[in-house]
Amino acid sequence: MMLQVTGVSKRFGGLQALTDVSFELAEGKIMGLIGPNGAGKTTLFNVVNGVFEPEEGKVIFRGEDITGLPSYEVARRGMARAHQVVRPLHELTVRENVMVGACYGREGLSLSAAAVRADEALSQVGLIERGHMLAGSLNVAQKKRLEMARALAARPYLILLDEVLAGLNPSEIDAILDTIRGIRGQGITILMIEHVMQAVMNVSDRVLVLDYGVLIAEGLPQEVVDNPQVIEAYLGDPEMTARLLGE
Amino acid sequence: MLGQLLSSLTDGLLLGFVYGLAAVGLSLIWGVMTVINLAHGPVIALGMFGTYLLFLKGGCNPYLALLAVAGMGLVFGFLIYGVAVHRVLNAPHLSTLLATFAVNMILIGVGTAVFTTSPHNIDFSLGSLEVGPITVPATRLVAALGAILFTAALYLFLYFTRPGKAIRAVANNRKAAELMGIPSAWILALSFGLGTMLAAVAGGLISTFFPFTILSGGPYELKSFVICVLGGLGNPLGALIGGLLLGGLEGLIPTFMPVSWVPVVEFGLFILVLLFKPSGLLGAK
Amino acid sequence: MRTWKLPGFWIPLALVFAWGLIILIMGQDTARETAFTLMMFVAMASSLNILLGYTGYVSFGHIVFFGLGGYFGFFLLSQHDWNLFLAAIAGGALSAVLAGLLGMAVLRLRGAYFALATIGINEAARAFVSNFEPFGGATGLFVNFAAYERYGGAGKALWLTFILLWVATLAVVLVSFLVKHSRFGLGLMAIREDEDAAMVMGVKAPRAKTITFTISAFFPGVIGTLYFFKNGNVEPGDAFQLHMSIESLVMVMLGGQGLVLGPMVGAVTYQGLRGYLLTSPIFKDLHLAVAGVFLLLIILFVPAGAVGWVRGRFPRVRRFLE
Repeated sequence: MMLQVTGVSKRFGGLQALTDVSFELAEGKIMGLIGPNGAGKTTLFNVVNGVFEPEEGKVIFRGEDITGLPSYEVARRGMARAHQVVRPLHELTVRENVMVGACYGREGLSLSAAAVRADEALSQVGLIERGHMLAGSLNVAQKKRLEMARALAARPYLILLDEVLAGLNPSEIDAILDTIRGIRGQGITILMIEHVMQAVMNVSDRVLVLDYGVLIAEGLPQEVVDNPQVIEAYLGDPEMTARLLGE
Repeated sequence: MLGQLLSSLTDGLLLGFVYGLAAVGLSLIWGVMTVINLAHGPVIALGMFGTYLLFLKGGCNPYLALLAVAGMGLVFGFLIYGVAVHRVLNAPHLSTLLATFAVNMILIGVGTAVFTTSPHNIDFSLGSLEVGPITVPATRLVAALGAILFTAALYLFLYFTRPGKAIRAVANNRKAAELMGIPSAWILALSFGLGTMLAAVAGGLISTFFPFTILSGGPYELKSFVICVLGGLGNPLGALIGGLLLGGLEGLIPTFMPVSWVPVVEFGLFILVLLFKPSGLLGAK
Repeated sequence: MRTWKLPGFWIPLALVFAWGLIILIMGQDTARETAFTLMMFVAMASSLNILLGYTGYVSFGHIVFFGLGGYFGFFLLSQHDWNLFLAAIAGGALSAVLAGLLGMAVLRLRGAYFALATIGINEAARAFVSNFEPFGGATGLFVNFAAYERYGGAGKALWLTFILLWVATLAVVLVSFLVKHSRFGLGLMAIREDEDAAMVMGVKAPRAKTITFTISAFFPGVIGTLYFFKNGNVEPGDAFQLHMSIESLVMVMLGGQGLVLGPMVGAVTYQGLRGYLLTSPIFKDLHLAVAGVFLLLIILFVPAGAVGWVRGRFPRVRRFLE
């Protein structure tokens, strides 16, 4: 088992962000994580990769209890992440950005090995010709690709993708979906938060649904879409409902 | 012994109000725009000299002079904000720190050329007040009252006037305030102006009982940092209470250890509070 | 990365080397004194840049390590007859250890909170040393004139001090470059750009910052010892001038933070400007104000600093100006 989350709860002051969340993710699978805005999806990512410590519950990564470990320790154990709000290191070049991922990721490469690895990762996401540019000068779609390249360069076992498709046009989405399938083809397990339903349904092996911090459904994509509880959760969000029902 | 302790404590507390007033200015600026104003000290010193000149050359009562100093402080703050701060507000912290420090250098430089660094003194006394074993110079009592009045006025302004409410809105969330049509550049300039105004007034109050030079603002600037951290950065009322705390400490410590240890205790406390309770001793969490 | 093949690696080192050599060949006392002050600021600014430029943490406490390390080294050589070289190393070591301990606590603070804490540390250290009797309290310590004899008299001792400072400056520049072009340095720059994102990528930020703080504090300790030995005495007011910390920040900013050459250019420019203003009949009284105006203009209009501006404007020269 790649990742086991059991009974995780997280509070911020009076706000209960996550309540007793449990799920398992098998090796080599793509799992989609969906839910209305504010459902706690990004918080769940933050708990899984050690940015936040949960008040209750456990996170087991490849058989090891990593609950409460700082995020850099989790990263070194082979879990990488692409952020929703892209966070490139603006004053470094695109290639240097990716080298950080390679140097400090699972394998902890030396600087020269990291440069080679960075070029591989940049080719994989189609950014190789921009390697020498400052990361701050990229456009949004390119920054999303950069986030993915940074995560890939770490050669992780598990990669967390937080809305890498948001804000992209359909052709850009198709291109990134191909990249995501390619990543799985390398044997990397993927947990992805996504709002673009078509994409989730297309690539995910299984889907998790969060609502107000509670896991309300888990299963195959089609099962989840047919689940009345899920449809109800989305009814509070007309736009999402339309997208969900429009499938 | 007890009498001495009491009168030293009273002295310290009265002075503490004035420290607090200076710190309220610093805290307001931080609270609204997260800028540490390193030109705070020279502004305090200019407040001293403003009062001095109006008293000596204008023959004006020092307390009346304070009102004029307050007005000049406000305008001066506008000026500093417009020239040095506005452009670098969104740059990394180092930029605002160095920009305000550059203003500090300019003020000290010009001030030294005009006033030299020899001590000046406002020769003014209101006699003193005796309560039991405690003797208080009346100027200090008036200074404490003045500090309270100015802080109260600031509060009324912040809570009961339109621009005051706008300042609070901008402090809370500048982007949201802008979306609601609050002209944030003016509000930021106004906040900076108010902050420097309070510093100048605090300087004016101090000048009625201590001799001073153009460099005298420095120690008060450092005290303001300590006070702001004790009271919680960005919390003006906390700053006034922090001022009292610091004044009280300065009054008490000398009875227990040599007076030269005072700064060790002050800055030690400052660092500890920053580390363990960065929201200040009064902060919620 | 074969750092030694980069021209940007050799240029700063060659400049400092040639500079010291010229002063040695000239053999004039006045030239040496001028160079000593200037070189001291080059080394101070460059060591500060290791923290400021690479991690983005603004420290007003750099002078603390100059003061405390210098005090300790001076204490060893004046009260316990230590050899100057060893005393300087010991001063640096003390500063480094203190920085390590302080760093573990204070580096948890971010942005302006960290800057404020370092102002507090500076004031607390000065007040503490003024009360610390083994270091002579408020009057400080003096070196017995006989101490210079073991180096062949005061004149030779001063030349030796200069040579040691020269070596220390070369070491700062070397370390500054090696850190910048290492895997460790890449992690630091990731912290500078976005600390949380860096940690998610696996950078051990708390440890990396503490190590950097330690490295950057070692050199001021060494330099402090040399400076106070040259002066023959040390006192709290001299050792912990907040404005010297700020001047170092200004120098880094003038030349360009995060660049090896930046603080060097900044230090020389700032000192040169100050020297000119102090002796100019027009600006003599207003030298501080004029320097302030100059600084303000740089911050407002050339925030990347002189070297940074040239690099941005002419990308071709980048490999020469690291």
